[in-house]
Amino acid sequence: MKKITLTIDHKKIEVPEGSTVLDAARAAEVYIPTLCDDPLLEPFGACRLCIVEIDGYRGLPTACSTPAADGMQVRTSSAMIETNRKTSMNLLLSDHPLDCQHCVANMRCDLQYVAAYVGVRGDNPYQGEKRSYELDDSNAFYNRDLDMCILCGKCVRACDEIQGRQAISFGYRGFSTKITAPFDLPIWESNCESCGRCVDMCPTGALFDKSQLKHGLPTGETKTTCPYCGVGCGLIVETKNGEIIGVRGDRENSVNEGHTCVKGRYGWEYVQHPDRVKKPLIRKYLLEGKKKSEIDKSSSDWEWAETSWDTALDITASNLAQIRDSHGADSIGFLTSAKCLNEENYLMNKLARQVIGTNNIDHCARL
Amino acid sequence: MTNAMDDIAENAEAFFIIGSNTTSQHPVFGTKLRRAIQQRGTPLIVADPRRIDISDIATIHLQHKGGTDTALINGLSYLILQNGHEDKEFIAKRTEDFEEYRAVIQDYPPEKVSEITGVPVEMLKEAAEIMGTHKPMAVMWAMGITQHIKGVRNVMALAGLQMLLGNMGVQGGGTNPLRGQNNVQGACDLGGLPNNFPGYQKVFNPDVQKKFADAWGRGTAPKVGKTVTELVPEVLEGNTHAIYVLGEDPIMSDPDTKHIRANFEACDFVVLQELFESETAPYADVLLPGSSFAEKTGTFTNTERRVQMVRQAIAPIGDSRPDWHIISDLAKRIIALTPELLSLNAPYSGWDYDSTSAIMDEIAALTPQYSGISHERLENGERLQWPVKGYDHPGTPILHVGEFAHGKGKFKPIEHVPPTESPDDEYPYIMSTGRVLYHWHGGQMTRRVEGIMKVYGESLVEVNPDDAANIGLNGGENRIRLTSRHGTIESKALITERVPPGMVYANFHFPEASANELTHASLDPVAKIPEYKVTAVKVEKV
Repeated sequence: MKKITLTIDHKKIEVPEGSTVLDAARAAEVYIPTLCDDPLLEPFGACRLCIVEIDGYRGLPTACSTPAADGMQVRTSSAMIETNRKTSMNLLLSDHPLDCQHCVANMRCDLQYVAAYVGVRGDNPYQGEKRSYELDDSNAFYNRDLDMCILCGKCVRACDEIQGRQAISFGYRGFSTKITAPFDLPIWESNCESCGRCVDMCPTGALFDKSQLKHGLPTGETKTTCPYCGVGCGLIVETKNGEIIGVRGDRENSVNEGHTCVKGRYGWEYVQHPDRVKKPLIRKYLLEGKKKSEIDKSSSDWEWAETSWDTALDITASNLAQIRDSHGADSIGFLTSAKCLNEENYLMNKLARQVIGTNNIDHCARL
Repeated sequence: MTNAMDDIAENAEAFFIIGSNTTSQHPVFGTKLRRAIQQRGTPLIVADPRRIDISDIATIHLQHKGGTDTALINGLSYLILQNGHEDKEFIAKRTEDFEEYRAVIQDYPPEKVSEITGVPVEMLKEAAEIMGTHKPMAVMWAMGITQHIKGVRNVMALAGLQMLLGNMGVQGGGTNPLRGQNNVQGACDLGGLPNNFPGYQKVFNPDVQKKFADAWGRGTAPKVGKTVTELVPEVLEGNTHAIYVLGEDPIMSDPDTKHIRANFEACDFVVLQELFESETAPYADVLLPGSSFAEKTGTFTNTERRVQMVRQAIAPIGDSRPDWHIISDLAKRIIALTPELLSLNAPYSGWDYDSTSAIMDEIAALTPQYSGISHERLENGERLQWPVKGYDHPGTPILHVGEFAHGKGKFKPIEHVPPTESPDDEYPYIMSTGRVLYHWHGGQMTRRVEGIMKVYGESLVEVNPDDAANIGLNGGENRIRLTSRHGTIESKALITERVPPGMVYANFHFPEASANELTHASLDPVAKIPEYKVTAVKVEKV
């Protein structure tokens, strides 16, 4: 692919042809604020915050929608840029609730960050009407609070360009413009598949997972692989106080580039469900040294008893060894697990073949 | 999969999806395909008895009758040959037995195929024309192709189609079975099969036996073991006395539940290693609490053979333990009872692993496809798709480039065989089974997620509106009773044109109405996979 070279704030950078000025700035590690751009989406030019000066260009073009060209000289900061940016930011904020502390997006809000970067201070010169919409909590996994929406259109584009679903779009005109599901019905009435990509890309608190209402910011993040289907999406598990409080897609994993489905993003509660078995369980007859053939399964002999790992494993080991010795190794069958690790499956195969001595091992690949 | 998912989405000139509800069962890959269709204009041919989500945006949807896949594929091959669209050079250079294949294909002219499959002749012609003129085409399938008494034959027919078109060993082509579970690929790769040691090394091959006997310090009988669909039913025949189940729920996922229950009930000793008291738990003698993906570190292998890290995010819940701890602890205790069975000098006889990284090193030493895989490389961010032939080998994103792994590609002539069960007066409907977007397999995980249960909280059996009218469903509760030759369930009906008249679609996510109470244990003779996609049932209003 052809390369082009341009200069951004005295930094020379080489980028592939077709890159935008904003792409080039990212490659040069020069920060340009933006609220509507995402490298995974087509340029949109809605927020007007990524304005720059380019020699030979009139006015202040937006870096996100200007193609980079060979020999281009770009400046990302000047008095003119700063003044215009402050105006754009104040206009955005003139219609935005300002109680950040009570907002679910507090400290992970791009609007908050960019406002801090731009440095809007004192009273907002633009005072006027504020939009007020009813909270849409019809989706089982995420809420839509359109009072917080800055109409950057990332959610609309994520749904169209990435999920290919087109569940939402811009509705109405002018000040009444809002993101709507078809016929302005609650989002649950749309064909939304709850992949969560719109939530993932929202730069404010307009779209948020219901689980975020219960917890503040995570204190830990772990990159891992999804436990559901064979696609193997990269996930980031968010934790706090030793518990999972959220999951999102891992953008650095090329399998999914941060994308998920409803199960991957929202299907993690089972891990911490109260139904989890927390101690080894063993039927009472085994603790009492009785024979299975002689007990009544409706009696207390067949009830579970919690026991120690030592007891559970010793009894399991002796029963398996005894059955192997009396009926032969092939009288024992192993069902290993397509949900478990490679390393665990290897060990199950070794347990069956080396320790017991049978090839009777299979799993649910057929089912 | 012979090809990688991103390769297919970016480079295929056409997609053929048969027996895979891709956007529902492999959703993120499904969206990649959907993007290619919408943004790149890639033509999509779907073959599925049901109208599935992705068939709504297909160029052509071949709605063939359940169990007629081979006839359909042969019919497409017939037309490709008739149009002269076969890749003569590929066939001559890289394949064998083409003439035998061609002879059988000649028996599948479109009129006959249309009669068997119910697909109009014109649609067959249109699909074959797209296939012949858009190369490479990638073929994707899942259990819709394999869960039949002729699952293996269906796969061979698809391999034949792709060789005929010369779509093997190239970017954007290939034969691409989509693996269902997160690590079903890894479980197959690492010896979780009755005929294979890790890396598909055959248990009956004397060199392989010696290799593992030397490595592990103990040999295994050179006899293929039993599959899940054989070893469970053999309890009642007196051959199976103990079953050790790790992270599976056979009562939900195996065919003919009543018979499975009876076998587990009669088993001398059942060990279950699980997160929950699953539907199988009532039959277990011991329940060892294992841990979820979030509580341990190791690797999964995805459907495109890519090995990826799983990393511990939280401590094991309660006293549960990572499953590899439990297995190795148990192995040591069994060995201690009869240490004389093992030669402890063998390099890999031991079970003292301090991490899963050490286990992976042992895997690499004994498994050719994994010989270059280590946690260290994965932690360095390397993208490794097996075979990875050494620590300096980059992996293999596309299989069969230049040459098939086993030399020449063999064309197999495959005749159409009807399914075991056909509708009759007593059981007039065909039931197919599968999963839905919101739930997972036996449902042990997803039934424990509040939001998911709000969206899909009970079993729904899909019924065509015409059939619903005949059955007498008129809104309201729409409760139905389904009865097969093997069992009966009651469920709510979802009246939808997604299923054609004469067909119902049921899932196995809910124990109170699991489709497997109805399924039969007719198996593919080679793969021993049950015929889940075709069960004759009767449907009544409750």
